[in-house]
Amino acid sequence: MALTNEIIRDTLREKFGDAIIGFEEPYGMLTFSTAKDINLKVLQFLYDDPILKFQFMTDLTAVHYPDNAGEELAVVYHMHNLADNVRIRYKVFTDILTPDVYSASALYSAANWMEREAYDFFGVNFVGHPNLKRILNVDDMEYFPLRKEFPLEDQKRTDKDDEMFGRT
Amino acid sequence: MARPVQYNIKKKPIETPLSIVQKGPDGYSGEGFFATKLADVVGLARKNSLWPLPFATSCCGIEFMALMGSHYDIGRFGAERLSFTPRQSDLLMVIGTIAKKMAPVVKQVYLQMAEPRWVIAMGACASSGGIFDTYSVLQGIDQIIPVDVYVPGCPPRPEAVIDGFLRIQDLVGKESLRRRNSDRYQELMNSYGIQ
Repeated sequence: MALTNEIIRDTLREKFGDAIIGFEEPYGMLTFSTAKDINLKVLQFLYDDPILKFQFMTDLTAVHYPDNAGEELAVVYHMHNLADNVRIRYKVFTDILTPDVYSASALYSAANWMEREAYDFFGVNFVGHPNLKRILNVDDMEYFPLRKEFPLEDQKRTDKDDEMFGRT
Repeated sequence: MARPVQYNIKKKPIETPLSIVQKGPDGYSGEGFFATKLADVVGLARKNSLWPLPFATSCCGIEFMALMGSHYDIGRFGAERLSFTPRQSDLLMVIGTIAKKMAPVVKQVYLQMAEPRWVIAMGACASSGGIFDTYSVLQGIDQIIPVDVYVPGCPPRPEAVIDGFLRIQDLVGKESLRRRNSDRYQELMNSYGIQ
């Protein structure tokens, strides 16, 4: 029997009850979210359950929604069940002032570098990560460049005239 | 109906004489001999055997390959021997976008070159950051190392790079032997935190 979105949803409901919120199926891909403090429990369950078997983390990233007061940063996990070829998306939201999310790097080794990337660009503080430091940007960068409050352009430029670049 | 021609219909005078390369230094010549200053002889020797070190990071590098090939052939100007070690090269050609993470590498390569050394920034990105006005890209390599000649373009035509190379040759041929020991040069190096 194929693993359908209904089976995944019912299994998660059975285990976690109302803690799982916001079920969606954009383009057929099951998406849900929980509070950030149970993210490891949910991931461990998705990994261990004999039916779900989401044992491959394809992506981990963050998104900044500056208008969502109290839930500005989203951490997005993409998981893949290789046996049944089913993918799901799991989000947790966190306050930008205390961006602490438990690290999934002990469960999925793939999460190690991807959490460093999310920290590098969005400043998500992954609690329990073995080596949480910048991975792609220069080490002495003083801000998290993909947060929306920072302009894309290099703020340290001295030789470019703002007027000529249409940003007065 | 024929397309109206709007461009390149007026003959433009050449701004600078093309004879930068051919023209020798001033001196006294007679039958079978030529006498001139030692500095000019050294300049002649240096400028006609510049060994470039191509530091190619992106699409300008493709254009540079065309420049090295038989059609444009930078070897005609004494740059036949591209040196892929900084220790034996005279001319650092920085070709392409330099990310901030790459900046210490460019500086390290420059530091490993022996004096006298010259630098060409080839392309808009190496000269000014180009279209990459963003947090991750160095806004021109002159923020980390001194640059002698900038070749604009995205990417520049091989002819443009040849023109830049001829200008470097002009600089090299006319450079005083004492320039690298001067206070002004020391000041320039110190402004980049070198030495």
